[in-house]
Amino acid sequence: MKLITAVIKPFKLEDVRQALGEAGVQGLTVTEVKGFGRQKGHTELYRGAEYSVDFVPKTKIEAAVPDSLVEQAIEAIIAAAATGSIGDGKVFVSDLSQAVRIRTGETGDQAL
Amino acid sequence: MKLVQKVVAASATRSAALVTALLALLSPALALAQDAPTFDKGDMAWMLTSTALVLLMSVPALALFYGGLVRSKNMLSVLMQVFVTFSLITVLWCIYGYSLAFTENNAFIGSFDARLFLKGVFDGSAFAPAATFSKGVYIPEIVFVAFQATFAAITCCLILGSIVERVKFSAVLLFMVIWFTFSYAPVAHMVWFWMGPDAYTATADGDALLASAGLIWQWGALDFAGGTVVHINAGVAGLVGAYVLGKRVGYGKEPMTPHNLTMTMVGASLLWFGWFGFNAGSALEANPFAALAFLNTFLATACAVLSWTFAEWLFKGKPSMLGAASGAVAGLVAITPAAGNVGIPGAFAIGLIAGVVCLWGCTGLKKLLKADDALDVFGVHAVGGILGALLTGVFNAPSLGGPGLVTDWVTVAMGYPGIGAQLLIQAKAVLLVTVWSAVVALVAFYIVKLVVGLRVTEDNEREGLDITAHGERAYTD
Repeated sequence: MKLITAVIKPFKLEDVRQALGEAGVQGLTVTEVKGFGRQKGHTELYRGAEYSVDFVPKTKIEAAVPDSLVEQAIEAIIAAAATGSIGDGKVFVSDLSQAVRIRTGETGDQAL
Repeated sequence: MKLVQKVVAASATRSAALVTALLALLSPALALAQDAPTFDKGDMAWMLTSTALVLLMSVPALALFYGGLVRSKNMLSVLMQVFVTFSLITVLWCIYGYSLAFTENNAFIGSFDARLFLKGVFDGSAFAPAATFSKGVYIPEIVFVAFQATFAAITCCLILGSIVERVKFSAVLLFMVIWFTFSYAPVAHMVWFWMGPDAYTATADGDALLASAGLIWQWGALDFAGGTVVHINAGVAGLVGAYVLGKRVGYGKEPMTPHNLTMTMVGASLLWFGWFGFNAGSALEANPFAALAFLNTFLATACAVLSWTFAEWLFKGKPSMLGAASGAVAGLVAITPAAGNVGIPGAFAIGLIAGVVCLWGCTGLKKLLKADDALDVFGVHAVGGILGALLTGVFNAPSLGGPGLVTDWVTVAMGYPGIGAQLLIQAKAVLLVTVWSAVVALVAFYIVKLVVGLRVTEDNEREGLDITAHGERAYTD
Protein backbone atom coordinates (compact mmCIF):
# COMPACT_ATOMS: atom_id res chain seq x y z
CA MET A 1 0.00 0.00 0.00
CA LYS A 2 1.09 3.52 -0.70
CA LEU A 3 -0.08 6.88 0.54
CA ILE A 4 -0.27 9.39 -2.29
CA THR A 5 -0.16 12.99 -1.16
CA ALA A 6 -0.64 15.65 -3.79
CA VAL A 7 -0.60 19.43 -3.43
CA ILE A 8 -2.51 21.01 -6.28
CA LYS A 9 -4.09 24.23 -7.42
CA PRO A 10 -7.44 24.60 -5.62
CA PHE A 11 -9.47 25.01 -8.79
CA LYS A 12 -8.15 21.66 -10.10
CA LEU A 13 -9.67 19.67 -7.26
CA GLU A 14 -12.78 18.61 -9.09
CA ASP A 15 -10.83 17.45 -12.17
CA VAL A 16 -8.43 15.46 -10.00
CA ARG A 17 -11.24 13.85 -8.03
CA GLN A 18 -12.88 12.72 -11.24
CA ALA A 19 -9.66 11.40 -12.74
CA LEU A 20 -8.78 9.45 -9.60
CA GLY A 21 -12.26 7.99 -9.49
CA GLU A 22 -11.90 6.80 -13.09
CA ALA A 23 -8.51 5.29 -12.20
CA GLY A 24 -10.21 3.21 -9.52
CA VAL A 25 -9.24 5.09 -6.39
CA GLN A 26 -11.97 4.55 -3.80
CA GLY A 27 -11.51 7.41 -1.38
CA LEU A 28 -9.87 10.74 -0.87
CA THR A 29 -9.15 13.19 1.94
CA VAL A 30 -8.94 16.88 1.08
CA THR A 31 -7.40 19.69 3.11
CA GLU A 32 -7.05 23.39 2.34
CA VAL A 33 -3.44 24.32 2.94
CA LYS A 34 -0.94 27.10 2.34
CA GLY A 35 2.66 26.71 1.26
CA PHE A 36 5.36 27.78 -1.07
CA GLY A 37 7.55 26.17 -3.69
CA ARG A 38 8.99 27.81 -6.74
CA GLN A 39 5.86 29.85 -7.24
CA LYS A 40 6.27 33.27 -5.64
CA GLY A 41 3.65 34.71 -3.35
CA HIS A 42 2.33 38.20 -3.85
CA THR A 43 2.37 41.54 -2.11
CA GLU A 44 -0.63 43.23 -0.55
CA LEU A 45 -0.80 46.95 0.04
CA TYR A 46 -3.10 48.48 2.64
CA ARG A 47 -2.62 52.26 2.47
CA GLY A 48 0.99 52.66 3.60
CA ALA A 49 1.49 49.11 4.85
CA GLU A 50 2.90 46.60 2.41
CA TYR A 51 2.91 42.90 3.22
CA SER A 52 4.43 40.12 1.18
CA VAL A 53 2.31 37.03 1.30
CA ASP A 54 4.72 34.11 0.83
CA PHE A 55 2.29 31.28 1.36
CA VAL A 56 0.03 30.51 -1.54
CA PRO A 57 -3.31 28.78 -0.96
CA LYS A 58 -3.26 25.18 -2.21
CA THR A 59 -5.35 22.06 -1.86
CA LYS A 60 -3.81 18.92 -0.43
CA ILE A 61 -5.31 15.54 -1.30
CA GLU A 62 -4.40 12.24 0.31
CA ALA A 63 -5.30 8.86 -1.09
CA ALA A 64 -4.30 5.44 0.21
CA VAL A 65 -4.07 3.01 -2.72
CA PRO A 66 -3.04 -0.62 -3.28
CA ASP A 67 0.38 -1.05 -4.93
CA SER A 68 -1.27 -2.09 -8.17
CA LEU A 69 -2.98 1.28 -8.56
CA VAL A 70 -0.11 3.60 -7.69
CA GLU A 71 1.18 4.34 -11.20
CA GLN A 72 -2.27 4.92 -12.68
CA ALA A 73 -3.25 7.17 -9.78
CA ILE A 74 -0.12 9.29 -10.15
CA GLU A 75 -0.67 9.62 -13.89
CA ALA A 76 -4.30 10.56 -13.33
CA ILE A 77 -3.35 13.31 -10.91
CA ILE A 78 -0.66 14.70 -13.18
CA ALA A 79 -2.92 14.68 -16.20
CA ALA A 80 -5.78 16.36 -14.39
CA ALA A 81 -3.85 18.93 -12.31
CA ALA A 82 -1.40 20.21 -14.89
CA THR A 83 -1.84 23.67 -16.38
CA GLY A 84 1.74 24.00 -17.54
CA SER A 85 2.40 27.08 -15.48
CA ILE A 86 4.46 27.39 -12.33
CA GLY A 87 2.64 26.41 -9.15
CA ASP A 88 0.86 23.30 -10.43
CA GLY A 89 2.00 21.44 -7.32
CA LYS A 90 3.66 18.15 -6.37
CA VAL A 91 2.88 14.51 -5.83
CA PHE A 92 4.51 12.59 -2.98
CA VAL A 93 4.34 8.83 -2.52
CA SER A 94 5.15 7.08 0.72
CA ASP A 95 4.89 3.54 2.06
CA LEU A 96 1.87 2.76 4.11
CA SER A 97 2.35 0.05 6.73
CA GLN A 98 -1.23 -0.55 7.70
CA ALA A 99 -4.84 0.44 7.01
CA VAL A 100 -7.91 -0.52 9.03
CA ARG A 101 -11.58 -0.03 8.22
CA ILE A 102 -13.07 1.09 11.49
CA ARG A 103 -16.57 -0.31 10.94
CA THR A 104 -15.57 -3.90 10.07
CA GLY A 105 -12.01 -4.21 11.32
CA GLU A 106 -10.78 -5.27 7.84
CA THR A 107 -7.09 -4.54 7.28
CA GLY A 108 -4.63 -4.02 4.39
CA ASP A 109 -5.89 -3.72 0.80
CA GLN A 110 -9.32 -4.90 2.01
CA ALA A 111 -9.67 -1.71 3.99
CA LEU A 112 -8.95 0.65 1.11
CA MET B 1 -8.31 100.75 13.57
CA LYS B 2 -7.66 97.43 15.10
CA LEU B 3 -11.00 97.57 16.76
CA VAL B 4 -12.81 98.11 13.51
CA GLN B 5 -11.08 95.21 11.86
CA LYS B 6 -12.04 93.01 14.70
CA VAL B 7 -15.67 93.85 14.37
CA VAL B 8 -15.69 93.18 10.68
CA ALA B 9 -13.82 89.97 11.02
CA ALA B 10 -16.04 88.74 13.71
CA SER B 11 -19.32 89.56 12.31
CA ALA B 12 -18.09 87.79 9.30
CA THR B 13 -19.38 84.41 8.77
CA ARG B 14 -22.39 82.82 7.67
CA SER B 15 -20.69 79.59 8.37
CA ALA B 16 -20.12 77.71 11.40
CA ALA B 17 -22.73 76.29 13.39
CA LEU B 18 -24.34 78.39 15.70
CA VAL B 19 -25.43 79.14 18.85
CA THR B 20 -28.21 79.68 20.87
CA ALA B 21 -29.37 82.97 21.78
CA LEU B 22 -31.06 82.38 25.04
CA LEU B 23 -33.91 84.63 25.86
CA ALA B 24 -32.83 85.05 29.41
CA LEU B 25 -29.33 86.05 28.46
CA LEU B 26 -30.26 88.62 25.89
CA SER B 27 -31.48 92.14 26.22
CA PRO B 28 -35.07 92.69 27.31
CA ALA B 29 -35.90 94.26 23.97
CA LEU B 30 -34.77 91.19 22.12
CA ALA B 31 -36.60 88.95 24.52
CA LEU B 32 -39.74 90.86 23.74
CA ALA B 33 -39.24 90.51 20.04
CA GLN B 34 -38.79 86.79 20.45
CA ASP B 35 -41.67 86.38 22.74
CA ALA B 36 -43.19 83.46 20.94
CA PRO B 37 -41.07 82.49 17.96
CA THR B 38 -42.86 80.11 15.69
CA PHE B 39 -40.70 77.35 14.41
CA ASP B 40 -40.72 76.36 10.77
CA LYS B 41 -41.89 72.80 10.26
CA GLY B 42 -39.54 72.28 7.34
CA ASP B 43 -36.54 73.40 9.39
CA MET B 44 -37.47 71.15 12.28
CA ALA B 45 -38.09 68.15 10.04
CA TRP B 46 -34.77 68.60 8.28
CA MET B 47 -32.80 69.11 11.48
CA LEU B 48 -34.33 66.10 13.23
CA THR B 49 -33.61 64.00 10.15
CA SER B 50 -30.04 65.32 10.02
CA THR B 51 -29.52 64.46 13.66
CA ALA B 52 -30.51 60.86 13.05
CA LEU B 53 -28.25 60.76 9.98
CA VAL B 54 -25.26 61.86 12.04
CA LEU B 55 -26.01 59.17 14.61
CA LEU B 56 -25.83 56.65 11.79
CA MET B 57 -22.34 57.90 10.99
CA SER B 58 -21.04 56.57 14.30
CA VAL B 59 -23.16 53.51 14.81
CA PRO B 60 -22.83 51.59 12.69
CA ALA B 61 -20.91 53.46 9.94
CA LEU B 62 -17.68 54.46 11.70
CA ALA B 63 -17.72 51.27 13.78
CA LEU B 64 -17.90 49.14 10.62
CA PHE B 65 -15.36 51.25 8.76
CA TYR B 66 -12.89 50.87 11.62
CA GLY B 67 -13.90 47.31 12.49
CA GLY B 68 -13.18 45.99 9.02
CA LEU B 69 -9.66 47.39 9.21
CA VAL B 70 -8.53 45.54 12.32
CA ARG B 71 -7.68 41.87 12.75
CA SER B 72 -10.64 39.58 13.37
CA LYS B 73 -9.58 38.95 16.98
CA ASN B 74 -10.21 42.63 17.77
CA MET B 75 -13.41 43.24 15.79
CA LEU B 76 -15.83 43.37 18.71
CA SER B 77 -13.50 45.50 20.79
CA VAL B 78 -13.60 48.19 18.10
CA LEU B 79 -17.38 47.99 17.70
CA MET B 80 -17.72 48.11 21.47
CA GLN B 81 -15.37 51.06 21.93
CA VAL B 82 -17.27 53.08 19.33
CA PHE B 83 -20.69 52.06 20.62
CA VAL B 84 -19.99 52.84 24.26
CA THR B 85 -17.98 56.01 23.62
CA PHE B 86 -20.87 57.31 21.53
CA SER B 87 -23.30 56.62 24.36
CA LEU B 88 -21.01 58.00 27.06
CA ILE B 89 -20.50 61.31 25.28
CA THR B 90 -24.21 61.64 24.52
CA VAL B 91 -24.94 61.35 28.23
CA LEU B 92 -22.17 63.78 29.22
CA TRP B 93 -23.43 66.18 26.56
CA CYS B 94 -26.87 66.27 28.14
CA ILE B 95 -25.42 66.66 31.64
CA TYR B 96 -22.86 69.46 31.19
CA GLY B 97 -21.24 69.27 27.73
CA TYR B 98 -23.86 71.27 25.88
CA SER B 99 -23.76 73.95 28.55
CA LEU B 100 -19.97 74.21 28.35
CA ALA B 101 -20.01 74.46 24.58
CA PHE B 102 -23.02 76.59 23.77
CA THR B 103 -23.77 79.04 26.55
CA GLU B 104 -22.31 82.45 27.17
CA ASN B 105 -19.39 82.79 29.54
CA ASN B 106 -15.99 83.74 28.13
CA ALA B 107 -14.16 83.40 24.83
CA PHE B 108 -12.84 79.92 25.67
CA ILE B 109 -15.64 78.05 27.36
CA GLY B 110 -19.33 78.35 28.14
CA SER B 111 -20.99 78.25 31.50
CA PHE B 112 -20.98 74.96 33.40
CA ASP B 113 -24.39 75.42 34.96
CA ALA B 114 -26.42 77.62 32.60
CA ARG B 115 -27.76 74.53 30.87
CA LEU B 116 -26.71 71.89 33.39
CA PHE B 117 -28.85 68.80 32.75
CA LEU B 118 -30.33 70.85 29.89
CA LYS B 119 -32.37 72.94 32.32
CA GLY B 120 -34.33 75.64 30.54
CA VAL B 121 -34.31 73.92 27.17
CA PHE B 122 -37.76 72.57 27.79
CA ASP B 123 -39.58 73.50 30.94
CA GLY B 124 -42.66 71.38 30.52
CA SER B 125 -44.61 73.80 28.38
CA ALA B 126 -42.28 76.17 26.52
CA PHE B 127 -39.57 75.21 24.07
CA ALA B 128 -36.58 77.56 24.20
CA PRO B 129 -35.56 78.87 20.77
CA ALA B 130 -32.08 78.55 19.29
CA ALA B 131 -30.87 81.03 16.72
CA THR B 132 -29.97 80.02 13.18
CA PHE B 133 -28.03 82.05 10.62
CA SER B 134 -31.12 83.96 9.46
CA LYS B 135 -32.66 86.84 11.30
CA GLY B 136 -35.99 85.95 12.82
CA VAL B 137 -35.59 82.25 12.15
CA TYR B 138 -35.31 79.88 15.10
CA ILE B 139 -35.37 76.18 15.72
CA PRO B 140 -36.27 74.67 19.08
CA GLU B 141 -33.11 74.58 21.17
CA ILE B 142 -33.87 70.98 21.99
CA VAL B 143 -33.27 70.12 18.31
CA PHE B 144 -29.95 71.96 18.36
CA VAL B 145 -28.92 70.11 21.53
CA ALA B 146 -29.58 66.75 19.91
CA PHE B 147 -27.91 67.67 16.61
CA GLN B 148 -24.77 68.87 18.34
CA ALA B 149 -24.72 65.85 20.66
CA THR B 150 -24.08 63.63 17.68
CA PHE B 151 -21.13 65.82 16.68
CA ALA B 152 -19.52 65.65 20.09
CA ALA B 153 -19.99 61.90 20.22
CA ILE B 154 -18.63 61.08 16.77
CA THR B 155 -15.61 63.32 17.31
CA CYS B 156 -14.61 61.30 20.35
CA CYS B 157 -15.24 58.02 18.47
CA LEU B 158 -12.90 59.12 15.66
CA ILE B 159 -9.92 59.18 18.05
CA LEU B 160 -10.32 55.45 18.70
CA GLY B 161 -8.87 54.56 15.30
CA SER B 162 -5.39 55.57 16.46
CA ILE B 163 -5.31 53.43 19.58
CA VAL B 164 -7.31 50.31 18.72
CA GLU B 165 -6.01 46.76 19.08
CA ARG B 166 -4.05 47.54 22.27
CA VAL B 167 -5.88 50.08 24.40
CA LYS B 168 -7.67 49.06 27.58
CA PHE B 169 -11.42 49.56 27.58
CA SER B 170 -11.31 51.37 30.92
CA ALA B 171 -8.60 53.65 29.53
CA VAL B 172 -10.85 54.54 26.59
CA LEU B 173 -13.70 55.58 28.84
CA LEU B 174 -11.61 57.64 31.24
CA PHE B 175 -9.71 59.34 28.41
CA MET B 176 -12.94 60.25 26.64
CA VAL B 177 -14.40 61.93 29.73
CA ILE B 178 -11.30 64.10 30.17
CA TRP B 179 -10.69 64.93 26.53
CA PHE B 180 -14.35 65.66 25.80
CA THR B 181 -14.55 68.05 28.74
CA PHE B 182 -11.30 69.92 28.17
CA SER B 183 -10.87 69.77 24.41
CA TYR B 184 -14.13 69.12 22.59
CA ALA B 185 -16.34 71.45 24.61
CA PRO B 186 -13.96 74.43 24.64
CA VAL B 187 -13.07 74.10 20.96
CA ALA B 188 -16.74 73.86 19.97
CA HIS B 189 -17.35 76.98 22.06
CA MET B 190 -14.41 78.86 20.57
CA VAL B 191 -15.39 78.06 16.98
CA TRP B 192 -19.16 78.03 17.04
CA PHE B 193 -20.55 80.07 19.90
CA TRP B 194 -21.95 83.46 19.06
CA MET B 195 -24.99 85.48 20.01
CA GLY B 196 -27.03 84.81 16.89
CA PRO B 197 -28.03 87.17 14.06
CA ASP B 198 -30.96 88.80 15.83
CA ALA B 199 -28.67 90.06 18.58
CA TYR B 200 -27.13 92.43 16.08
CA THR B 201 -29.61 95.27 15.89
CA ALA B 202 -27.31 98.28 15.78
CA THR B 203 -23.74 98.64 14.65
CA ALA B 204 -22.88 100.07 18.04
CA ASP B 205 -23.64 96.69 19.66
CA GLY B 206 -21.10 94.89 17.49
CA ASP B 207 -18.16 95.03 19.83
CA ALA B 208 -19.92 93.86 22.93
CA LEU B 209 -21.66 91.06 21.07
CA LEU B 210 -18.46 90.00 19.48
CA ALA B 211 -16.74 89.83 22.84
CA SER B 212 -19.41 87.38 23.95
CA ALA B 213 -18.63 84.96 21.13
CA GLY B 214 -16.02 82.22 21.11
CA LEU B 215 -12.44 83.23 20.46
CA ILE B 216 -12.07 81.67 17.02
CA TRP B 217 -15.46 83.00 15.96
CA GLN B 218 -14.21 86.43 17.02
CA TRP B 219 -11.27 86.02 14.68
CA GLY B 220 -13.72 85.39 11.85
CA ALA B 221 -12.69 81.83 11.01
CA LEU B 222 -15.03 79.83 8.81
CA ASP B 223 -15.90 76.28 9.85
CA PHE B 224 -19.23 75.20 8.45
CA ALA B 225 -19.57 71.74 9.98
CA GLY B 226 -16.47 70.98 11.99
CA GLY B 227 -13.15 70.88 10.14
CA THR B 228 -11.45 72.26 13.24
CA VAL B 229 -13.90 71.23 15.95
CA VAL B 230 -14.32 67.65 14.77
CA HIS B 231 -11.55 66.51 12.46
CA ILE B 232 -8.42 68.39 13.45
CA ASN B 233 -9.43 68.10 17.09
CA ALA B 234 -9.86 64.31 16.87
CA GLY B 235 -7.01 63.63 14.45
CA VAL B 236 -4.44 65.39 16.60
CA ALA B 237 -5.65 63.69 19.78
CA GLY B 238 -5.41 60.36 17.99
CA LEU B 239 -1.81 60.92 16.93
CA VAL B 240 -0.85 61.91 20.47
CA GLY B 241 -2.51 58.71 21.66
CA ALA B 242 -0.58 56.62 19.17
CA TYR B 243 2.68 58.09 20.47
CA VAL B 244 1.84 57.72 24.15
CA LEU B 245 0.47 54.19 23.86
CA GLY B 246 3.25 52.96 21.62
CA LYS B 247 3.09 50.52 18.76
CA ARG B 248 1.06 47.35 18.64
CA VAL B 249 2.99 44.21 19.51
CA GLY B 250 4.58 42.94 16.30
CA TYR B 251 3.99 46.18 14.40
CA GLY B 252 6.19 46.28 11.32
CA LYS B 253 7.11 42.60 11.66
CA GLU B 254 3.85 40.69 11.61
CA PRO B 255 1.16 41.29 9.01
CA MET B 256 -1.71 43.38 10.38
CA THR B 257 -4.03 43.14 7.45
CA PRO B 258 -7.62 44.38 7.52
CA HIS B 259 -9.85 41.40 8.26
CA ASN B 260 -12.90 42.48 6.30
CA LEU B 261 -12.74 45.25 3.73
CA THR B 262 -16.33 44.54 2.75
CA MET B 263 -17.40 45.98 6.09
CA THR B 264 -15.03 48.88 5.61
CA MET B 265 -16.67 49.65 2.27
CA VAL B 266 -20.15 49.44 3.79
CA GLY B 267 -19.01 51.67 6.64
CA ALA B 268 -17.51 54.27 4.32
CA SER B 269 -20.66 54.31 2.21
CA LEU B 270 -22.87 54.81 5.25
CA LEU B 271 -20.55 57.60 6.36
CA TRP B 272 -21.08 59.29 3.02
CA PHE B 273 -24.84 58.93 3.43
CA GLY B 274 -24.88 60.17 7.02
CA TRP B 275 -22.55 63.05 6.20
CA PHE B 276 -25.39 64.78 4.35
CA GLY B 277 -26.92 65.28 7.78
CA PHE B 278 -23.61 66.37 9.20
CA ASN B 279 -22.83 69.00 6.58
CA ALA B 280 -26.17 70.05 5.11
CA GLY B 281 -27.69 69.90 8.60
CA SER B 282 -25.10 72.42 9.75
CA ALA B 283 -27.01 75.07 7.84
CA LEU B 284 -29.50 74.69 10.73
CA GLU B 285 -32.36 75.43 8.35
CA ALA B 286 -33.88 73.73 5.33
CA ASN B 287 -32.70 76.43 2.95
CA PRO B 288 -30.55 76.93 -0.16
CA PHE B 289 -27.35 76.90 1.89
CA ALA B 290 -28.26 73.44 3.14
CA ALA B 291 -28.68 72.43 -0.49
CA LEU B 292 -25.30 73.93 -1.38
CA ALA B 293 -23.66 72.05 1.46
CA PHE B 294 -25.43 68.88 0.31
CA LEU B 295 -24.20 69.07 -3.25
CA ASN B 296 -20.69 70.06 -2.23
CA THR B 297 -20.57 67.08 0.12
CA PHE B 298 -21.75 64.83 -2.67
CA LEU B 299 -19.37 66.17 -5.31
CA ALA B 300 -16.18 66.67 -3.30
CA THR B 301 -16.42 63.11 -2.01
CA ALA B 302 -16.76 61.66 -5.49
CA CYS B 303 -13.78 63.77 -6.61
CA ALA B 304 -11.67 62.50 -3.73
CA VAL B 305 -12.57 58.87 -4.50
CA LEU B 306 -11.31 59.39 -8.04
CA SER B 307 -8.16 61.29 -7.13
CA TRP B 308 -7.10 58.83 -4.40
CA THR B 309 -7.85 55.89 -6.68
CA PHE B 310 -5.92 57.23 -9.65
CA ALA B 311 -3.02 58.46 -7.53
CA GLU B 312 -2.76 55.04 -5.90
CA TRP B 313 -3.00 53.31 -9.25
CA LEU B 314 -0.26 55.53 -10.61
CA PHE B 315 2.15 55.49 -7.67
CA LYS B 316 1.45 52.16 -5.95
CA GLY B 317 0.50 50.00 -8.89
CA LYS B 318 -3.08 49.01 -8.15
CA PRO B 319 -6.34 50.86 -7.43
CA SER B 320 -7.63 49.34 -4.19
CA MET B 321 -11.06 49.20 -2.59
CA LEU B 322 -9.52 50.39 0.67
CA GLY B 323 -8.08 53.32 -1.25
CA ALA B 324 -11.43 54.25 -2.75
CA ALA B 325 -13.14 54.02 0.64
CA SER B 326 -10.37 56.07 2.27
CA GLY B 327 -10.64 58.62 -0.51
CA ALA B 328 -14.34 59.02 0.20
CA VAL B 329 -13.67 59.71 3.87
CA ALA B 330 -10.84 62.10 3.00
CA GLY B 331 -13.15 64.05 0.69
CA LEU B 332 -15.89 64.15 3.29
CA VAL B 333 -13.50 65.41 5.93
CA ALA B 334 -12.01 68.12 3.72
CA ILE B 335 -15.35 69.46 2.49
CA THR B 336 -16.76 69.62 6.03
CA PRO B 337 -15.55 73.11 6.97
CA ALA B 338 -16.24 74.29 3.42
CA ALA B 339 -19.63 72.71 2.78
CA GLY B 340 -21.81 75.83 2.83
CA ASN B 341 -18.90 78.25 2.51
CA VAL B 342 -17.70 77.48 -1.01
CA GLY B 343 -19.28 77.19 -4.43
CA ILE B 344 -19.16 74.30 -6.87
CA PRO B 345 -15.61 75.10 -8.09
CA GLY B 346 -14.46 74.86 -4.48
CA ALA B 347 -16.02 71.43 -4.12
CA PHE B 348 -14.24 70.14 -7.21
CA ALA B 349 -10.89 71.51 -6.08
CA ILE B 350 -11.11 70.54 -2.42
CA GLY B 351 -12.22 66.99 -3.25
CA LEU B 352 -9.54 66.39 -5.88
CA ILE B 353 -6.76 67.78 -3.70
CA ALA B 354 -7.94 65.97 -0.57
CA GLY B 355 -7.73 62.52 -2.18
CA VAL B 356 -4.09 62.96 -3.10
CA VAL B 357 -2.97 64.81 0.01
CA CYS B 358 -4.60 62.34 2.39
CA LEU B 359 -3.09 59.41 0.46
CA TRP B 360 0.25 61.04 1.24
CA GLY B 361 -0.92 61.52 4.84
CA CYS B 362 -1.40 57.76 5.16
CA THR B 363 1.82 56.79 3.38
CA GLY B 364 4.71 59.28 3.12
CA LEU B 365 3.76 61.39 6.11
CA LYS B 366 2.96 58.31 8.17
CA LYS B 367 6.49 57.00 7.66
CA LEU B 368 7.91 60.34 8.81
CA LEU B 369 5.76 60.41 11.93
CA LYS B 370 6.83 56.91 12.99
CA ALA B 371 3.72 56.39 15.09
CA ASP B 372 1.44 53.38 14.97
CA ASP B 373 -1.65 55.42 14.17
CA ALA B 374 -3.42 52.14 13.50
CA LEU B 375 -6.28 53.28 11.28
CA ASP B 376 -4.75 56.56 10.04
CA VAL B 377 -6.89 58.97 12.00
CA PHE B 378 -4.23 61.64 11.69
CA GLY B 379 -3.51 60.98 8.02
CA VAL B 380 -7.17 61.25 7.05
CA HIS B 381 -8.89 63.43 9.65
CA ALA B 382 -6.21 65.84 10.79
CA VAL B 383 -4.57 66.20 7.38
CA GLY B 384 -7.92 66.37 5.57
CA GLY B 385 -9.28 68.72 8.23
CA ILE B 386 -6.34 71.10 8.00
CA LEU B 387 -6.48 71.06 4.21
CA GLY B 388 -10.21 71.68 4.23
CA ALA B 389 -10.00 74.45 6.82
CA LEU B 390 -7.34 76.31 4.83
CA LEU B 391 -8.99 75.84 1.44
CA THR B 392 -12.31 77.00 2.87
CA GLY B 393 -10.71 80.39 3.33
CA VAL B 394 -9.55 80.36 -0.26
CA PHE B 395 -12.62 79.06 -2.08
CA ASN B 396 -14.98 81.20 -0.03
CA ALA B 397 -13.80 84.00 -2.31
CA PRO B 398 -16.53 85.28 -4.65
CA SER B 399 -13.87 85.44 -7.38
CA LEU B 400 -13.52 81.64 -7.04
CA GLY B 401 -17.25 80.98 -7.06
CA GLY B 402 -17.73 81.17 -3.30
CA PRO B 403 -20.54 82.96 -1.50
CA GLY B 404 -18.25 85.17 0.57
CA LEU B 405 -19.12 85.80 4.17
CA VAL B 406 -21.30 88.06 6.26
CA THR B 407 -19.35 91.18 7.09
CA ASP B 408 -22.10 92.97 8.97
CA TRP B 409 -24.75 91.06 10.88
CA VAL B 410 -26.87 94.18 11.35
CA THR B 411 -27.56 94.50 7.66
CA VAL B 412 -26.43 90.97 6.79
CA ALA B 413 -24.11 92.43 4.18
CA MET B 414 -21.87 89.96 2.40
CA GLY B 415 -18.22 90.58 1.58
CA TYR B 416 -14.82 88.95 1.63
CA PRO B 417 -11.59 90.17 3.21
CA GLY B 418 -9.29 88.81 0.50
CA ILE B 419 -7.72 85.40 0.06
CA GLY B 420 -4.54 86.19 1.98
CA ALA B 421 -6.38 87.72 4.92
CA GLN B 422 -8.94 84.94 5.22
CA LEU B 423 -6.30 82.24 4.78
CA LEU B 424 -4.37 83.74 7.67
CA ILE B 425 -7.43 83.67 9.90
CA GLN B 426 -8.07 80.05 8.93
CA ALA B 427 -4.44 79.15 9.66
CA LYS B 428 -4.64 80.74 13.10
CA ALA B 429 -7.72 78.65 13.87
CA VAL B 430 -5.97 75.48 12.69
CA LEU B 431 -2.93 76.24 14.80
CA LEU B 432 -4.85 76.99 17.98
CA VAL B 433 -7.02 73.86 17.72
CA THR B 434 -4.01 71.68 16.91
CA VAL B 435 -2.07 72.89 19.92
CA TRP B 436 -5.07 72.87 22.22
CA SER B 437 -6.08 69.31 21.36
CA ALA B 438 -2.50 68.03 21.51
CA VAL B 439 -1.89 69.45 24.97
CA VAL B 440 -5.20 68.26 26.39
CA ALA B 441 -4.74 64.80 24.85
CA LEU B 442 -1.20 64.48 26.17
CA VAL B 443 -2.20 65.37 29.71
CA ALA B 444 -5.30 63.20 29.51
CA PHE B 445 -3.42 60.11 28.28
CA TYR B 446 -0.84 60.49 31.06
CA ILE B 447 -3.54 60.86 33.69
CA VAL B 448 -5.20 57.71 32.36
CA LYS B 449 -1.86 55.92 32.38
CA LEU B 450 -1.42 56.73 36.06
CA VAL B 451 -4.96 55.93 37.09
CA VAL B 452 -5.96 52.79 35.17
CA GLY B 453 -3.11 52.11 32.72
CA LEU B 454 -3.32 52.49 28.96
CA ARG B 455 -2.53 49.12 27.41
CA VAL B 456 -3.68 45.57 27.84
CA THR B 457 -1.01 43.01 28.70
CA GLU B 458 1.10 41.67 25.87
CA ASP B 459 -0.43 38.21 26.24
CA ASN B 460 -3.93 39.64 26.00
CA GLU B 461 -2.97 41.73 23.01
CA ARG B 462 -1.71 38.64 21.23
CA GLU B 463 -4.82 36.67 22.05
CA GLY B 464 -7.04 39.52 20.96
CA LEU B 465 -9.17 42.02 22.81
CA ASP B 466 -12.49 40.40 21.91
CA ILE B 467 -11.94 37.43 24.18
CA THR B 468 -9.66 38.98 26.78
CA ALA B 469 -11.50 42.28 27.28
CA HIS B 470 -15.06 41.42 26.33
CA GLY B 471 -15.37 37.64 26.69
CA GLU B 472 -16.83 37.01 23.26
CA ARG B 473 -15.85 36.41 19.65
CA ALA B 474 -17.06 38.14 16.52
CA TYR B 475 -16.85 35.01 14.40
CA THR B 476 -17.09 31.35 15.23
CA ASP B 477 -15.43 28.85 12.95
